[in-house]
Amino acid sequence: MTDKQRLLIIGNGPVGHQFIESIIESGRGEQFAITVIGEEPRPAYDRVHLTAWFETREAASLNMVKDGFYSDNNITALTHEKVIAIDRAAQIVSTDKGEQYPYDKLILATGSFPFVPPVPGHDRKNCFVYRTIEDLEAITAAAANAKVGAVVGGGLLGLEAAKAIMDLGLKTHVIEFAPRLMAVQVDEGGGALLRRKIEDLGVSVHTQKNTQQIIDGDDCVHKLQFADGAELETDILVFSAGIRPQDALARQCELAVGERGGIVIDNACLTSDPAIYAIGECALWGGRIYGLIAPGWDMARVAADHVLGGVEEKAFTGADMSTKLKLMGVDVASIGDAHATTPDAKCYTFIDEKAEVYKKIVVSSDGQHLLGCVLIGEANDYGTLLQFALNKITLPEQPESMILPSLDGSAGVGLGVDALPDVAQICSCNNVSKGDLCAAVQGGAMTVGDLKACTKAATTCGGCTALVGQVLNAELTKMGVEVNTDLCEHFPYTRQEIFHLVKVGQIKSFAELLEKHGSGHGCEICKPTAASVMASCWNDYILEPKLAGLQDTNDRYLANMQKNGTYSVVPRMAGGEVTPDGLIAVGQVAKKYNLYTKITGGQRVDLFGATLDQLPKIWSELIDAGFESGHAYGKSLRTVKSCVGSTWCRYGVQDSVGKAIDLENRYKGLRSPHKLKMAVSGCTRECAEAQSKDVGVIATEKGWNLYLCGNGGMKPRHADLFASDIDTDTMVKYIDRFLMFYVRTADRLQRTSVWMENLEGGLNYLRKVIIDDSLGICAELEADMANIVDTYQCEWKTTIENPEKVKQFRSFINADKTDKEIVFIQERGQIRPATEAEKIADKDLIAVA
Amino acid sequence: MSWTTVCRLDEILPNAGVAALIDETQVAIFRVDDKVYALANKDPFSNANVLSRGIVGSIQGTLVVASPIYKQHFSLEAGNCLEDDGVSIPCYQARTEGELVQVQVNS
Repeated sequence: MTDKQRLLIIGNGPVGHQFIESIIESGRGEQFAITVIGEEPRPAYDRVHLTAWFETREAASLNMVKDGFYSDNNITALTHEKVIAIDRAAQIVSTDKGEQYPYDKLILATGSFPFVPPVPGHDRKNCFVYRTIEDLEAITAAAANAKVGAVVGGGLLGLEAAKAIMDLGLKTHVIEFAPRLMAVQVDEGGGALLRRKIEDLGVSVHTQKNTQQIIDGDDCVHKLQFADGAELETDILVFSAGIRPQDALARQCELAVGERGGIVIDNACLTSDPAIYAIGECALWGGRIYGLIAPGWDMARVAADHVLGGVEEKAFTGADMSTKLKLMGVDVASIGDAHATTPDAKCYTFIDEKAEVYKKIVVSSDGQHLLGCVLIGEANDYGTLLQFALNKITLPEQPESMILPSLDGSAGVGLGVDALPDVAQICSCNNVSKGDLCAAVQGGAMTVGDLKACTKAATTCGGCTALVGQVLNAELTKMGVEVNTDLCEHFPYTRQEIFHLVKVGQIKSFAELLEKHGSGHGCEICKPTAASVMASCWNDYILEPKLAGLQDTNDRYLANMQKNGTYSVVPRMAGGEVTPDGLIAVGQVAKKYNLYTKITGGQRVDLFGATLDQLPKIWSELIDAGFESGHAYGKSLRTVKSCVGSTWCRYGVQDSVGKAIDLENRYKGLRSPHKLKMAVSGCTRECAEAQSKDVGVIATEKGWNLYLCGNGGMKPRHADLFASDIDTDTMVKYIDRFLMFYVRTADRLQRTSVWMENLEGGLNYLRKVIIDDSLGICAELEADMANIVDTYQCEWKTTIENPEKVKQFRSFINADKTDKEIVFIQERGQIRPATEAEKIADKDLIAVA
Repeated sequence: MSWTTVCRLDEILPNAGVAALIDETQVAIFRVDDKVYALANKDPFSNANVLSRGIVGSIQGTLVVASPIYKQHFSLEAGNCLEDDGVSIPCYQARTEGELVQVQVNS
């Protein structure tokens, strides 16, 4: 009929469906004629969350197939049809509806069936299994006339079934053959705690019970008789005693199957017939059936890749069987060798009977590596522990610290990046976790550059560079490698040391600093650092000839460079306050130069798309209208955000806008190791979100509460309450001291939040330095700040008043032209940079105004 | 092939760069210790004409400019990217003739 390759999938469960999705996602779905045959009345649904069906009783809620998926991709999906035979020689399958379907490649995703122990009476009425939506519908119907329910099997699925029965309002029993619940994943201690927690919920647990037969009950429908003579009566019975691979078709057509069932597959998921694959719970790999969904999905992807010609060279090489789940509201997690079967493995156990928490880790005999773990009652450490186990990350010297609670209740403070779990995503652009970075360091990466090259972290937006550096240092320290804290190859000093060299030596130029303390020509790390430090100390105009070439990208032209080489311009609107005339003036400038206009998170207006030569013209108009530089380009104070405060608000207790304007005017222009953000809220409702700022002020009935070292952004941190109910003078004094202490001691590009977390002694130490003057430097810090405040100048005003400086903003030194490769596209009534494709298409392009 | 005079040397700040337009070619010219160097002004990673606005310095003895966009380093003397062996940008002859800065652009 067609020359397309015919793919036939038997079994439309989650794994079969994953296979089809993998083929479609490859973008080559059109090369295949895909047919999927399922014996259930509906296409693939999420069997893992079967119990969730009880919440809605709607099969659709578990549906895994998007509307239109089959028709959009020309897939033939047959439901309620059962394949009864495979003719391997003719490559044809036959179904119970008398149909025949030919194939080029056949994928067996037939799954498994629940094992029902062959005890007499197992086939009485109201005896069920727990696998399909139909099973759940039948259990629900039977429960309507029942009072008692019992589940045979205390494993993962059995406990799920028990929850379902309990939720149906029945007295619930769990009957387990082994001495404990979840015997595969959980050890004795964990099992005991799990049992107690589940019994607390009202479920009766019966372990070491071997059911002999099921007969008529006296009070209930059934009576179970156990080998030890005990009996239990129940109205409905659910068997959940494990699974068996559904390999009947494979046996019929004489594919190789395992001794105890399962279709034998190789690393490509191929069976003994090179035209037939088997994936999921019906497949036997390395003598093992994988009864979890994740390995099934892996197999589906591997088989799909192989059908596509092995483009990605995927292979199935076994799977990690670690699990974490919530069973009846109880957190249960198990990793690797949970039973400590590895020779000489050592265990650490932590039991909190009050909180009902059980944690055990299994560690290699040398204490270096995590082999396994069991967590019951609280599994927050699962992610970190799994990273250690999977990545063979070296354990801390005292492995028990991995599971012991922190006794001072202050986990996190002073821990820095160590407090992050390894699964924490560091680089969101390239999806690199802390674990990825740590593994790269273990593998030999020694610098941030190495990490960028081998993990791609920090190579897209670069926003995580500082965090990547911290992970690197923390990891190197752990490995016993001496961490090089030199600023760069030109200066064997930290930023803090450079600060002292500049200040004590009265150094005012980079040339002098380099001559006295460095080597080479400098670079884009030490030059802006020196420029920032000299600005913090001397506050000279940053575009002085000796300073201009040191400034970082944005400082260099007093504007924020965007991806196409144009700049954005932000006039200061202290406290977010702006007059109507001011707003009109900004609008007129934006309109004249056709700038894209956006309101910032810091309560002001950002104007995008200005070329280098437009900047001085734009600024002379803004300055004429009464504006000044907003320092949005600097590692300096950005804005002091405010709510409207007591002047207007019915709830405000202080004039937050007035206070914000005062603070912004006081600290504007201060160069610091990184940008600074502040906010003032007029009451405890905190509408200005001050607790997410470096400096946050919240009005109280008696004065101000001062919060320090908060951060939004990539790694949010709530600010710490530093002082309460202080008056305005005290507040300003503390902020002066705090800012100058941070400016003196922080690393390059280290926000106050990270600085605080790395500060030995943390918040209490900071209070001693700033409030108690424990270092005796407060007078000096205040004097330094006073000097900065007194020597403030609007950098843009200074610039446009000096024709020599304005010349620096020409697009070309030898031509009075603008870069004609800068072009825009109209979108939502404003410009945006044209993409490369749009430039080539050369349609509707807008030139610089 | 001829030399094009672009500007006076004192129009370029020491250890910094300027952009010049030579015919239709955008060139970045850098001044280091009174010597001048010329590269293409286009940053190949962002396709923006910005390299003249980068910070000039040295990495392991090689004179470089760091792209102001994503900070890759390009050798002032050869145009190769230090972070990515496969990337290189055009590098032009540059000289000072008395007070004048001159560049040779093949066209």
